[in-house]
Amino acid sequence: MTHRRWFTPWLLAGPAIVWLAVFNLWPAVNTVILSFTNAKPLGGGRFTGLENYGRLLDDEQLADALLNSIVFMLVCLPLLTVLPLLLALLVQRKIPGITFFRTAFYTPVIASAVVVAVVWGWVLDDRGLVNGLLRQTGLAGSPVSFLTDRWLLLFSAIALTVWKGLGYYMVIYLSALGNVPRELHEAAAVDGAGSVRRFWHITLPGVRPTMILISALISVSSLRVFSELYVLSNGQGGPGGRDMSVVMLIQMYSRGFNGHLGYASALSLLLFLVTLGPMLFLMRLNRKAA
Amino acid sequence: MTTLPTKTTPQGAQDTTEKTKHSKATRGARGFNTPSPGGIAVRYLLLLLVLLLVIGPFLWQLSTSLKGPAEDVYSRTPVFLPDQPTLDNYGKVADTVPVWTYALNSVLVAAVCITGNVVGCTLAGYALARLRFRGARLVLGLFLATLVLPGEVTIVSQYVLVRGLGLADTLAGVALPGSIAMLNVLLMRTAFAAVPAELDQAALVDGANVWQRLWHVGLPNVRGMISVIVIFTFIGAWDDFLWPLIVLNDPQKYTLTVGLQYLNGTFSANPRLIAAGTMIAFLPIVVVFGLCQRFFFRGVEEGAVKG
Repeated sequence: MTHRRWFTPWLLAGPAIVWLAVFNLWPAVNTVILSFTNAKPLGGGRFTGLENYGRLLDDEQLADALLNSIVFMLVCLPLLTVLPLLLALLVQRKIPGITFFRTAFYTPVIASAVVVAVVWGWVLDDRGLVNGLLRQTGLAGSPVSFLTDRWLLLFSAIALTVWKGLGYYMVIYLSALGNVPRELHEAAAVDGAGSVRRFWHITLPGVRPTMILISALISVSSLRVFSELYVLSNGQGGPGGRDMSVVMLIQMYSRGFNGHLGYASALSLLLFLVTLGPMLFLMRLNRKAA
Repeated sequence: MTTLPTKTTPQGAQDTTEKTKHSKATRGARGFNTPSPGGIAVRYLLLLLVLLLVIGPFLWQLSTSLKGPAEDVYSRTPVFLPDQPTLDNYGKVADTVPVWTYALNSVLVAAVCITGNVVGCTLAGYALARLRFRGARLVLGLFLATLVLPGEVTIVSQYVLVRGLGLADTLAGVALPGSIAMLNVLLMRTAFAAVPAELDQAALVDGANVWQRLWHVGLPNVRGMISVIVIFTFIGAWDDFLWPLIVLNDPQKYTLTVGLQYLNGTFSANPRLIAAGTMIAFLPIVVVFGLCQRFFFRGVEEGAVKG
């Protein structure tokens, strides 16, 4: 479209381009630069070559963090691709009150991860609701230490991530289910296919692209976990700091007397590398859809 | 929504299937997939079960926040309804941490982010979608490229930058980087691109300049996308934790999420107060959500949320 002055588009896009350059492109470049220095929150900044990268290799806490991410992903992938689909099928039919249920199921999604983690921290506390119920029903004699055991803490964080994600993926599936042609279901029903067979042969193939999209989304978010683990472990990362995530390590090294911005930057680049695969895959899916 | 006209919204799709279903049902015979009363009952039963799982923990927290000092919150035998319900905890939590200041801080950050995103992304989205200029493709490519960068990757150097600007430990430092989000620029561009070009052409023939075309032709057609951006920016700013946690030091300047974690970690003595603080952070977002849930579901469908 025409415009009289050559600079008009630059004037309009100007603020956004400044933000693009200053708050996105420059920090990306600077992350690479910082990763080769020993910059500290209080001084430093000398070029140290590959020292930070060497440190990545024998950081036991990082090894734990990566292991935690893998466990996160392995548990979340099956649960969060299947459960939200079942939930979407449950709320798909417009029966009276369904908007209320859909909205209610989405509430954990819009709540802050901090709120969710504080709420669950209280539910899973040694003296909390779950342990109260376990004791009352006689299922456990002594309190189960959901928040102080190395693995139970991780699985508690996973549980609340799944719980918080249900509604989000449910809505994505809901939109996919709406696009499965109804005629297919009708034809299959006429041919005598029961609802289970129709689910396997019509619904599942119909939402397959969505399942792939959701798997990629879950892979990325499993690597980006922070608030859930941070709040549940009160910033400590569980016993011996073994329940950290990569992002928790980045946060830990970005502040305070023991901070090391150079090392935190190297960790950031590692995070970038491991998320790049699923991220690019997502971009390709988006372009295909558009 | 005017922005993605080719895409069938599930809402629309379900409305049509609903119509066919009803017409079949009224024809008398059990139409395809018409549920039996038993099936419907099972469905509601399952819905209620999931509802209990989803909002149960929130209700438990709400109930804890309303329990009086004499009540046992530790629940050797869990009690859901408070015996002596009281709002005292909501007053007392402010004596422990300045929770209302935190709420105000969160509102301020959200307001700056919303203003910045609406103005900045609308202008840039219009230029990228509607004006031809040298370098437009490169700029667009750079905006797109930032999407493969998870925010956590650049958070350290963003902190270094904000500190360099003298904005460490300030709310401005919290609000500034996110006040023009790259994703929203691209969303606004998509929205403007979907406005029929003939409208613009007609205005051009009538002698309208760029600003007039943006204001009178573009804006009225992208109001839906702007509402989506407002809502998601509000939620994003209100819920954000990692970035304000890194930027802020002074407990007086905390936003609600950081303040809530502070309360949770430091004063774990009285669960009633923590519960009250949680509700102060949680309820506003529920209200906003309840009021705008139509836009929410649309926004999610159109990919306004970055995974």
